[in-house]
Amino acid sequence: MTADPAPTHTDSTRPMWSRPAPPAFSWRTVAAVLWREWAVFRRVWFSTAFGSIFEPLAYFIAFGFGFGALVAEVAGLSYFDFIATGAVAIGVLFSSIFPALINGYFRRKEQKLYDGLLSAPLSIPELVTGEATWNALRASAVAAVTVVVAIGFGVRPQATVVLVPVITVTAGFAFAAAGAAFGAVLRSTHSFDMVIVGVIVPMYIVAGTFFPIDGLPQPLALVALVNPLYHVVELLRAVTFGQPSGAILWVHVAVIVAFGVLAWLLAVRLLRRALID
Amino acid sequence: MPPSAVELRHVIKRFGRLTAVDDLDLVVPTGLCFGLLGPNGAGKSTTMRLLTGQAVADEGEVCVLGEPMPAASKLVRSRSGMVPQADDLDDELTVGENLAVWARIYGLSTSERGEAVGRGLALARLSDRADTPTRELSGGMRRRLLIARGLIHRPELLLLDEPTVGLDPQVRQGLWGQITRVRDDGATVVITTHYIEEAERLCDRVAIMHRGRVIAEGPPFQLITDTVGREVIEVVGGSQAVADVAAQAEGMGALTRDTGMGIAVLGAEHISGDLAVAGRRRPATLEDVFVVLTGEELT
Repeated sequence: MTADPAPTHTDSTRPMWSRPAPPAFSWRTVAAVLWREWAVFRRVWFSTAFGSIFEPLAYFIAFGFGFGALVAEVAGLSYFDFIATGAVAIGVLFSSIFPALINGYFRRKEQKLYDGLLSAPLSIPELVTGEATWNALRASAVAAVTVVVAIGFGVRPQATVVLVPVITVTAGFAFAAAGAAFGAVLRSTHSFDMVIVGVIVPMYIVAGTFFPIDGLPQPLALVALVNPLYHVVELLRAVTFGQPSGAILWVHVAVIVAFGVLAWLLAVRLLRRALID
Repeated sequence: MPPSAVELRHVIKRFGRLTAVDDLDLVVPTGLCFGLLGPNGAGKSTTMRLLTGQAVADEGEVCVLGEPMPAASKLVRSRSGMVPQADDLDDELTVGENLAVWARIYGLSTSERGEAVGRGLALARLSDRADTPTRELSGGMRRRLLIARGLIHRPELLLLDEPTVGLDPQVRQGLWGQITRVRDDGATVVITTHYIEEAERLCDRVAIMHRGRVIAEGPPFQLITDTVGREVIEVVGGSQAVADVAAQAEGMGALTRDTGMGIAVLGAEHISGDLAVAGRRRPATLEDVFVVLTGEELT
């Protein structure tokens, strides 16, 4: 400290004595968490944009042109339409659960950011809601890009495709909350592999993303039925191509919402256990 | 404004079989700079976490700004600021954005935020670096920014956990000036430290912590004179010299302590003659107090 200017009256820290009690759960505080994410994201958006364009491109080229040459039609859809919706669902899963898991771990354990934030008037439910909402919005942007790329490849969705963001925001929130729950319990970076190989990879394979679950052996098909990603991909196909249709769609909606509520409750509980002594 | 900013009564906090805070009684009067002095593991950081509701006492009562903890934790956190020991500034953001994020988290309105960020930048003496990426700041600048961040909402209570660890001496003195001004503006400051000089020069009152309890509390100078007197004669030498001095001191009824490199004779202001020239005379410090009270070294 050499020639720092002397402090002036403008740097007064005189306390503000009258301060209203903050509400137990404030959407304004949730918005503050979102703003923080946005402030970081606007500097690094390019890498997200790059991934969100090239990941579906890789799927479309490998499966669409490679595998699609062997298979003409799947579950009443052209194979390309089938994997296009699968790619949207996988994009939502990856771009919500991975950042939630990895940021959740590093901000808690390495950066100690959560400790700092919780010394401010921010509650754990507000923190989980804010971060999951951010990841849901980012995942939905990725999904929207995937849809545009698919249209560029000749996929022709029906008008209800505009409902895709409703599905991706809800599903992204649920997957992000699940990622945050895992991030709250990991003890070291070595445990990432266990979550990725043990949970995320089976989730994205056994979900009717690249092949329909009808052909799976009975036990695996049952796994798919409890896999939230299966319900996401079915809903995406329903709004994009009109099939499947009927009352079963409400089952898909119910499973995704229930999964989201459970994952949020679990994330709040596990983070509280990890952060409050 | 309650007369005491912090009140802990018979507080116990256990981690498994370890009792980090053990029947702790502590009162921090409003408007002072109050130091918690003790070695690592004395329970200082746990005590700080009890004050923000990030640790919950197993037994006893914790009251901050007149409110019960952790029940009123969110209200208390909105009226106090915490400067963590771990540097958790956002390196991906600019200096100004770091302050702006926290202004939002503290719930400042849109109209208050601009002014608050400007004030925080001035306080951290980083006004000309608002748009600098945080990762380009020096260690001292980062600490000033962390303190300014904790003050962004003009809290009544500022908590600082080991604020000057790892900083150059002159950077440390600059921070002391910053912290003193916060107190002069009317806020209460609670600071944990294991630096003797920091506790003596910065704090109006000091509580010495040892194994989860406060073993002595008061204004630093009074603590020193009451416990070990005003002066110390420190003798550096081999075991024979140390034994000689110890015997001599004992003959005069003076207390001594082991310094690792030799021996220190306490209450030396009352001693003249042979012993006085055997070593170096220096003012007594809180370290002498700690060693005499605990029989252990502070660091």
